[in-house]
Amino acid sequence: MLEKALKGSRGYGIWVACLLLLVATGFFFYLKQLDYGLGITGMSRDVSWGLYIAQFTFLVGIAASAVMLVLPYYLHDHKAFGKITILGEFLAVSAVIMCVTFVFVDLGQPGRVMNLLLYPSPTSVLFWDVIVLNGYLLLNLITGWTVLGCDRKGIPPPAWVKPLIYISIPWAVSIHTVTAFIYAGLPGRGFWLTAIMAPRFLASAFASGPALLILFCLILKRFGRFDAGEKAIQTLAKIVAYALATSIFFVLVELFTAFYSQIPGHMQHLKYLFAGLDGHNTIARWMGVSALTAVAAFVLLIIPQTRKREPLLAAACCFVFLSLWIEKGLGLVVTGFVPSPLERITEYTPTGPEVAITIGIWALGLLMITMFYKIFVSVRTET
Amino acid sequence: MAPTRREFLKIAGVSAVGLVLPPLATLTGAQAGMPAAGGVSQTAPGPLPALRAKRWAMAVDAGKCPPGCRDCITACHLAHNVPDFGNAKDDVHWIGLERVDHVFPAEIHSRLPESFKRLSVPVLCNHCENPPCVRVCPTQATFQRADGIVMMDYHRCIGCRFCMAACPYGSRSMNYRDPRPFIPKINADFPTRTRGVVEKCNFCEEGLARGILPACVTICKEKALVFGDLEDPGSDVRRLLDGRFSIRRRPDLGTGPQVYYLL
Repeated sequence: MLEKALKGSRGYGIWVACLLLLVATGFFFYLKQLDYGLGITGMSRDVSWGLYIAQFTFLVGIAASAVMLVLPYYLHDHKAFGKITILGEFLAVSAVIMCVTFVFVDLGQPGRVMNLLLYPSPTSVLFWDVIVLNGYLLLNLITGWTVLGCDRKGIPPPAWVKPLIYISIPWAVSIHTVTAFIYAGLPGRGFWLTAIMAPRFLASAFASGPALLILFCLILKRFGRFDAGEKAIQTLAKIVAYALATSIFFVLVELFTAFYSQIPGHMQHLKYLFAGLDGHNTIARWMGVSALTAVAAFVLLIIPQTRKREPLLAAACCFVFLSLWIEKGLGLVVTGFVPSPLERITEYTPTGPEVAITIGIWALGLLMITMFYKIFVSVRTET
Repeated sequence: MAPTRREFLKIAGVSAVGLVLPPLATLTGAQAGMPAAGGVSQTAPGPLPALRAKRWAMAVDAGKCPPGCRDCITACHLAHNVPDFGNAKDDVHWIGLERVDHVFPAEIHSRLPESFKRLSVPVLCNHCENPPCVRVCPTQATFQRADGIVMMDYHRCIGCRFCMAACPYGSRSMNYRDPRPFIPKINADFPTRTRGVVEKCNFCEEGLARGILPACVTICKEKALVFGDLEDPGSDVRRLLDGRFSIRRRPDLGTGPQVYYLL
């Protein structure tokens, strides 16, 4: 089936070429990073994780959100999702590959990456994250590919796929829970030390992932001769609306606990995140955009008249994606380090090469999604 | 100069023995329950008998630190080939000098004497009894010895910096760049690090093995830093802690820091 990704229209070719160019640029700067060290990024002694780990965290959510298609379709026989469940699985595959790549480029000694497996450390959450992420990648790749292959031949998928699909449902929850535990189990980082970190991660994932999927479906409808169907898209939109509401609710709950208890160690990070500390307010301004777009998206999605109008739905999904990307792919990681254990406020600004590498990995992910979806559309239009 | 075949085999042989020996050494040490008298026993060969303890600890008599004195930092960084990048972003350090209200934010209040609030105190790795950095390390590159010292294996560290996020004291540094060009004077008795690994204070374990107290302790003219075996009632550190009130950084986190401050 792979050969179907290689043939396409002129527009498809230009799009793939653009993505390849971005991937190549990212790779070029990664070689520079290998040569110079991680000092080429904006990370410092005080802010020791930055854009890479934040993208990883955000993309684990995108990967986990495939369960929002798989679960209704396979457990509740929600037929409208039958056409697009594979899209969710391929989105998950691409997102997990991006996650793993982001963790890899964040390593100071990438040549020693196999030490993770040579010296397995069950007390380390990162070790478990490597296990669950790779397991999830395999589950989705095997099930997605097999089901699509059977579709092509016009035969029902083999019986052994079903158990794998059922396993992938709790497994999706596990990848984002384990990722949240990377942060939530650390003493002395008040911002992350919250029991609702995993629920928060899941809520924001189930909003941002399906929002992205709606956008992909709308793009496929316009450019790919594939219509996911009004019902599937509207169901997804409702999922986004309620997951977004839950996500906003969880953030408000965090704010209440910190600011009503008035414990300085809990308040100062949130002050930095939403208002800035001592004039350091770059992240706070981004968070302002995040808050506004979240509210706007929620209004657009909760009112049936606006949700059902395609351009407004597309705008709402863009807002959701942008809002949650700022929250998780920017604010969440950096704010945990500010102020530092020694009360220092160190600002973190990603550097040019760091941004180029980040864009390169996103382009790699988009390239995989493009090719997977191209194969999918070709198979579906043939049969 | 490339090593000859004979030299190479010699090095390879010694390295192979080294791979087996350290675990054995810690094992026998833990089982025998090292002798307590003075915290000193004789085992390894060398100019002086190795210093052994059940639990190494340090007391910082911060009032004795003269204002602006950085002797302990200089001595430590020279002994351990700690680079000086000259900027905060790439900064690597094992000991730092920090304002007392930043080190003990929960304990310092505005009604304390001015002289006290202006105090700067040395901060270093606390060699926690229950170290979060060891718990989170995905490769066991950072580990705890039977005598409490939290160590780094610079050859195993993958540079994921999970330990830096886990340390509630900001005691760890990452080599964001190749540190070697920035080492003011290379000490041939201690390894330099490669780029991309995390490093921190090691309580001068290489000195202890040769019977020498930590570099920061021996350099301090004011005797503000006191080091010894906490399990030995006769040790200097125990006598100091038995006689005066001391506090530790963030004891509420349950990490069990082994650096005690007398303020």
